[in-house]
Amino acid sequence: MDFFSLLYFRFKKVWKAVRLYLVIAGPGLVVMIADNDAGGITTYAATGAKYGYHLIWFLLLLIPIAYYVQEMTVRLGAVTKRGHAEAIFESFGAFWGWFSLLDLMIVDWLTLVTEFVGMTSALSIFGVPAWMTVIFVILLMGMVVLNGRYWTWEKIALGFCLLNLIYIPAAFMVNPSMADIVGQGLIPNLPGGLTNELFFLLMANIGTTIAPWMLFFQQSSVVDKGLLEKDIKMGKVDTFIGSVITVAVAVFVVIVTGTLLHGVPIDDAATAAKMLMQTNHYIGAFMAIGLFNAGLLGAICISLASSWAFGEIFGWAHSLNTKVKEAPWFYISFFITLVTAGIVPLIPGAPLVLITLFVQVVAVTLLPAALVFLILLLNDKKTMGEYANTPFQNIVSTTIVGGIIILSTMYGVSALFPNIFQ
Amino acid sequence: MRTLNQFFSKIREINQRYAKPTVEMSRGVKFSLAVLRIYLFLLVVLMIYKFITVIKVV
Repeated sequence: MDFFSLLYFRFKKVWKAVRLYLVIAGPGLVVMIADNDAGGITTYAATGAKYGYHLIWFLLLLIPIAYYVQEMTVRLGAVTKRGHAEAIFESFGAFWGWFSLLDLMIVDWLTLVTEFVGMTSALSIFGVPAWMTVIFVILLMGMVVLNGRYWTWEKIALGFCLLNLIYIPAAFMVNPSMADIVGQGLIPNLPGGLTNELFFLLMANIGTTIAPWMLFFQQSSVVDKGLLEKDIKMGKVDTFIGSVITVAVAVFVVIVTGTLLHGVPIDDAATAAKMLMQTNHYIGAFMAIGLFNAGLLGAICISLASSWAFGEIFGWAHSLNTKVKEAPWFYISFFITLVTAGIVPLIPGAPLVLITLFVQVVAVTLLPAALVFLILLLNDKKTMGEYANTPFQNIVSTTIVGGIIILSTMYGVSALFPNIFQ
Repeated sequence: MRTLNQFFSKIREINQRYAKPTVEMSRGVKFSLAVLRIYLFLLVVLMIYKFITVIKVV
């Protein structure tokens, strides 16, 4: 075979793999990029403003952590054809099933409220009143979800994911020093030592990277898309690319705030956007648009995670491939969650700070349970067969899950008792 | 009232359907579930304590 024939053969092979990936791609990318929700963007903005580029190395460590946890849901969904809620009910019985389902419902609803807070505050920068933002978001999400096809929903969601990359041009526009990014950001260091404040921020970054709804969402999404055992390999690639993109976006947010707002105390991303607007109008606008999009993407996925879980357990039709007539309860539960959460930021004097605190605490009760169930399910050889965890995967996933449980518990407890670790 | 009855009968049906866990209850699984129960119990105690102290202050 001559050189050109070999080159053509190789190209055909790679192109075939790319086309296969484009068919399978979706659940991993959407869940990972939606992970950079309004709360996530706020955490990254605060990280950059407080510690500059110094914690970029820590964010990079989150790539394998996010990947290893989420790829387990791909295998579980593709092999069992069941969502995470149904898998817990069936494998561990009704007690653990109800615990997970009710906890998921509470934590999803509270997180959804924080997404609406992020979206309303982002658009308020452009003078859009909060009530208008809420109505616009509910109508937009209704149009996205009610089209009756999973495929269409997924492609629209991927479009919103693309908008999440808006932080990349923003980071280039601030002209950061590459030498500083490499010198300060890529060499592991703890600026000022391991203080309580730094520890809290590190835990917040982990907490925003691995959230309970992500496990439920991706597994249900894999089932709804109809991925099979043969698709697991590409599903893993999809999850890996998603985890790289999600951390890349986080790094670019840190670069933006680390360059322009280093040393400025920031409570939320909307405040950061307002401050950035004073320096450079476009960068501030990018930040605000990115925050709105992050909240929207988070809201799309979180509200679906709950509806899928309820559908699985109550036996309702629960697929985006169904019309409203065929799956009324699936769509009713979706809109009830969405509308009730959207109303909260419009209530004058609503306890939004308390809600944010509750999200952290309630998530801590669900996350360890969901992660432990995940590992136990992946070790059930009777169900998983050749796709069960290997000893190496068990060592890696158990170490990661153990670390996440300890850190998220400390995060939740320190949210309840702010001075406990001082 | 009828809707409420239907809802509760659905809950009972779900409880019956998932009454028996299908996962093999090996020592490792039993241990993990026991640790999880203790962990959650302690967390709930902490939350109740926090709630009571907040109420007292108010």
